[in-house]
Amino acid sequence: MRKLVDQPSHKAEHSPLLRSEKHESAIRQVSGSARYVDDIPAPASLCYASVGVTNVASGTLTSLDLSAVRQSPGVIDVITISDIPGHTDIGPVFGGDPILLDNEVKFHGQPVFAVLAETQEQARVAATKATMTFAEAAAILTTDEALAADAKVRPTHEFGRGDVSNTLQSAPLTASGHLSVGGQEHMYLEGQVSLAIPEEEDRMSIFTSSQHPSEVQKLVAEVLDVKLHRVAVDMRRMGGGFGGKESQAAQWACLAAVFALRTRRAVKMRLPRMMDMQVTGKRHPFENDYEIAFNETGKMLGAKVTVSGNCGHSPDLSDAIVDRAMFHVDNAYQLGDTHVTGHRLKTNIVSHTAFRGFGGPQGLIMAELMMDVVARKTGLDPLSVRKLNLYGEENGTVTPYGMPLEQDILADLIGKLEADSNYWQRREEVKAFNAASPIIKKGLALTPVKFGISFTAKHLNQAGALLHIYTDGSIQVNHGGTEMGQGLHTKIGQIVAHEFGVTLDNIEVTATRTDKVPNTSPTAASSGTDLNGKAAQNACITIKERLAAFFAEQFNVPAEDVIFAAGQVSAGGHHLPFTQLIQNAYMARISLSATGYYRTPKIYYDRETGSGRPFFYFANGAAVSEVSVDTLTGEYTLDKVDILHDVGTSLNPAIDRGQIEGGFIQGMGWLTTEDLRWDDSGRLISNNMATYKIPAIGDTPAHFNVALFDRPNAEDSIYHSKAVGEPPFMLAISVWCAIKDAIASLADYKVDPDLPAPATPEKVLMAINAIQNAGGEQ
Amino acid sequence: MIKFLLNNELVTLENNAAEVSVQQYLRDQKALTGSKEGCAAGDCGACTVVLGEIAPSQTGIFYRSVNSCITLMAALHGKQLITVEHLSDGNTLHPVQQAMVEHHGSQCGFCTPGFVMSMFALYHTDQPATRETVNTALSGNLCRCTGYRPIIDATIDSCAHRGADKFTVQESEVLKQLQAIAAETSTPMMNKVYLPSSREAMAALLQEHPDARFVAGSTDLSLEYTQQLKTLPTLVSTTRVKECRELKVDEQAVTVGAALPLSDITHVLHEHFPQLHELIDRFASLPIRNQATLGGNVANASPIGDMPPVLLALNATVIIDNGSEYREVPADKFFTGYRQTVLADKEWISAIRFNHLDEQTQLKAYKVSKRHEDDISAVCAVFTVTLDNGSVSAISSGFGGVAATPVSCEALEQRLLGKTWSEQSTRQLGMKILAEAFSPIDDVRASASYRKQILANLWQRFWFETQSELLATTRVTAYA
Repeated sequence: MRKLVDQPSHKAEHSPLLRSEKHESAIRQVSGSARYVDDIPAPASLCYASVGVTNVASGTLTSLDLSAVRQSPGVIDVITISDIPGHTDIGPVFGGDPILLDNEVKFHGQPVFAVLAETQEQARVAATKATMTFAEAAAILTTDEALAADAKVRPTHEFGRGDVSNTLQSAPLTASGHLSVGGQEHMYLEGQVSLAIPEEEDRMSIFTSSQHPSEVQKLVAEVLDVKLHRVAVDMRRMGGGFGGKESQAAQWACLAAVFALRTRRAVKMRLPRMMDMQVTGKRHPFENDYEIAFNETGKMLGAKVTVSGNCGHSPDLSDAIVDRAMFHVDNAYQLGDTHVTGHRLKTNIVSHTAFRGFGGPQGLIMAELMMDVVARKTGLDPLSVRKLNLYGEENGTVTPYGMPLEQDILADLIGKLEADSNYWQRREEVKAFNAASPIIKKGLALTPVKFGISFTAKHLNQAGALLHIYTDGSIQVNHGGTEMGQGLHTKIGQIVAHEFGVTLDNIEVTATRTDKVPNTSPTAASSGTDLNGKAAQNACITIKERLAAFFAEQFNVPAEDVIFAAGQVSAGGHHLPFTQLIQNAYMARISLSATGYYRTPKIYYDRETGSGRPFFYFANGAAVSEVSVDTLTGEYTLDKVDILHDVGTSLNPAIDRGQIEGGFIQGMGWLTTEDLRWDDSGRLISNNMATYKIPAIGDTPAHFNVALFDRPNAEDSIYHSKAVGEPPFMLAISVWCAIKDAIASLADYKVDPDLPAPATPEKVLMAINAIQNAGGEQ
Repeated sequence: MIKFLLNNELVTLENNAAEVSVQQYLRDQKALTGSKEGCAAGDCGACTVVLGEIAPSQTGIFYRSVNSCITLMAALHGKQLITVEHLSDGNTLHPVQQAMVEHHGSQCGFCTPGFVMSMFALYHTDQPATRETVNTALSGNLCRCTGYRPIIDATIDSCAHRGADKFTVQESEVLKQLQAIAAETSTPMMNKVYLPSSREAMAALLQEHPDARFVAGSTDLSLEYTQQLKTLPTLVSTTRVKECRELKVDEQAVTVGAALPLSDITHVLHEHFPQLHELIDRFASLPIRNQATLGGNVANASPIGDMPPVLLALNATVIIDNGSEYREVPADKFFTGYRQTVLADKEWISAIRFNHLDEQTQLKAYKVSKRHEDDISAVCAVFTVTLDNGSVSAISSGFGGVAATPVSCEALEQRLLGKTWSEQSTRQLGMKILAEAFSPIDDVRASASYRKQILANLWQRFWFETQSELLATTRVTAYA
């Protein structure tokens, strides 16, 4: 794009950019007036939908008697898959996700039919009244069973370089092992919810809590068998998403729309918590294996890593999720000759889906595991091994998938954190403490994160924006991104205010609507600001070009000299208040509305060769965690955390810090207390907040330092900032490593404990038992 | 009928269905959608509201946070129900709201109204604004976005600078209105829910409604309709029965009225049994403790309740009433099977009596769960040991999570009597006894083998912590 109007990207005196502006909805949120889908005043015709679900995990439906459902008080309508007017498969990419059961049972808790009733309670009660019988078949519930049966939702993918097998044979030191990595329930505080309002004929308005309104629009249209232009989706805000509302918000919108079309009534479908947990996918559990070659100095020579994602019953987004796990098994390290294999296993479990990090964490943890193993085998401190193997001039900067690191900042970042957190002094203190404490053991770990930024599905790396300026100078901007709490709308507002040189109260970022910006990508992959920020900026630039030309003509100054700042438009000593210029432009018939568009440059990936540049850039960070572990019970506390994180130039330090802290604590939950459990029949038994424990307020460490690593993104991202949504999640791997470090102290740091994730107190005690039994202690 | 203030509006209700929670009432009937439904089970706190009630001194209003999703409408009688929409003073945010804005305490914002209400309740106490008091005050509020740090900062900041707010200004007027409701003599009732104020009235209601069920805090009962979609029978509440609300401390014992919310008895238990501090702090969350009662936890007889093991280990006495006579049952005779007790038809628990411990007796209470706060025990273990010149003269115990009922381990007392406490062999014998004492089950919280090992190892912890000299640090939490 031609830039007629150039703005300095550094902090300007009157600009809200790069400042800790408040979340645009903060006042409404604390007042209870921020409106979520379930808070929208009820249309007079509103009724409520619910679903009835299977109680087996595999087999076929042999009979279905819905008469008691139909006769239940308040029931208006009941549907099965045969009542769907259009498409019945709502799979986001590859298909395989029937909107309601299609004879074959996919998982325990799969929706079989939907019921509409006058009240939410009546719908829920009616949904329990069906008589269903199934011819049960053997269910595949684990990755081991799926591997044995060669059950996959997508083909296995592999990439690598060098002759790893040979390296493993000839290396002075080798090690191998296995790691179970648990899944994670999103536990967005606001459960899945959609409201469908029938419009004229077969047109439909949808209000939904979704990270992907365009996909909701497409699937609703397909399910109703209408063209996309007859469906409008409105998404103001989510009460949390975390990936759980990327593909899996659509089903509820589609069911509500089908009922709305059939009954001509407004239909709300909101999943109560237990239902939500049962019928929506989670972070993929993985079973991973590694074989590594290294030498006595701790240098990696080669690695063979296999990641096996339990995808559940359908592909959903699993292909890209397992790919991302594969792209991150090196994390920040030059592993030498490398071969990475990624299986996408099919099981009779709910279809697992996007969750902050998108497979990255389940792959990245392998790199940190391998570093710990090398450290224990060589007797070096784990931090020394990590630093020794970092990508860089000496070790090389090309990843196993052939992408060179163009911004090599982790060595500096780790060095600064190492010093700021007093790592080495604390290492000595921890050792001294442990020597004197027979029961409580402390552990310390510093782990880095290098996370690739861009959708690996190349076509998703595009965004649009629509910007209007009204005659009072107020500006409304709409873009394809969705607000789920991450502060995207706040940052977009800052960008637009900065571009026009006006204050934030002149900017209104409106609900995401498919009739304003079409064909949008999901707000995912940490890309919200990178993509939509650039699109919004480009919309600003288009209008600024018109205004600058108009101003230049009026005052006979060069258009490229025109500056928008501090509420004024200026050039050549001439000034006009912004609002005055807008009014003049309107009278002169200058268009005050524009779209903006952006696509990410440079990225490509060749699946055939397993190489390319799937990421525009990498976001980096590192964390030091210190824990105390009770060797009698396996209980532990996270005592201290120090984080240094790379967000490039921070558009909003407070919001970025919020993402870092929140991501870290969520990652800590994934690795510690959040324990998904299915019973032998495939039924989820950790199915509510009483049995599935996300971090509570007391889990936040008393010492929790977070600093931003102050270095602009070398790539031309929006004001040289970096994506921040997902990368900090993986900083929490330092907690898992610190727990292992504490346990390793029981064997004089010579053994890396076998500690699956999540490291519940029970799993910690098992690891302690194993290390003590191996050491022959009583 | 029942009467309460909804913010500043006097509300009279007679025919609301018992199964309509305060949350549903607010959202569906009053269009007050600030309180959010996150779980409808009292686990997340997104629905938190504050109840103002006449303070014990009768001179002001006392505020407590509760989960509106599991609160019966009948429980509002005589109280002021305060919702998030009511906090600001015109366009001026309440200090706790303003602090949340300033500290960037909201991200998605869905949990925020609940946090704000818990912060408001803390703001109206005289507790210092420390990390500990904040953790306790906000223990029932989950946030999935922020990692809590900015919320902690906002709470400490606002509560460290407490000043008068609109509620202080309106306090005397609200007090007058609540006192007027309290002065009415008829038994408050609301469609199948009765709130008698004396044991005689309770007995009469039970005669009249033979199928009635008891309710106190409703924190467990409510799950039957919010989660299991059951309809409720006639309910009689113990919460206003005078005899169930007494708290007596004499030279012999602490006697706790069964219907007092746990948070109202915490200070007395802390004072007389300081070693229970950790267990009580980790009993659910503050909003739950603001409603849930000791009597309810004991009468429920759940094998994973945290108070029954305390009763067992302290040899407490359950005082049972039927309106005309009391009978007393020792705790170890109270629990008869899975969720079964000796309570006969039309009997209720009036109080629990805990005898003071003598100076030779040491008490410790332990809870092991996946999460420190607001979690259900994998194992709860409470021990006492009484020493006579270094020898064991008595041992008692109570356990949760290891059997179908709360249990004690008689073998401990029988086999350790007379042993020298400081001997390693005493520690080892206790471990051996406990490792074999029970046959716990595998469930979502823990495996049987973990529970067995924990039993033995909590015994070790007890042994370490009761030696005359410190042999080892034994806790990872700050609790003592």
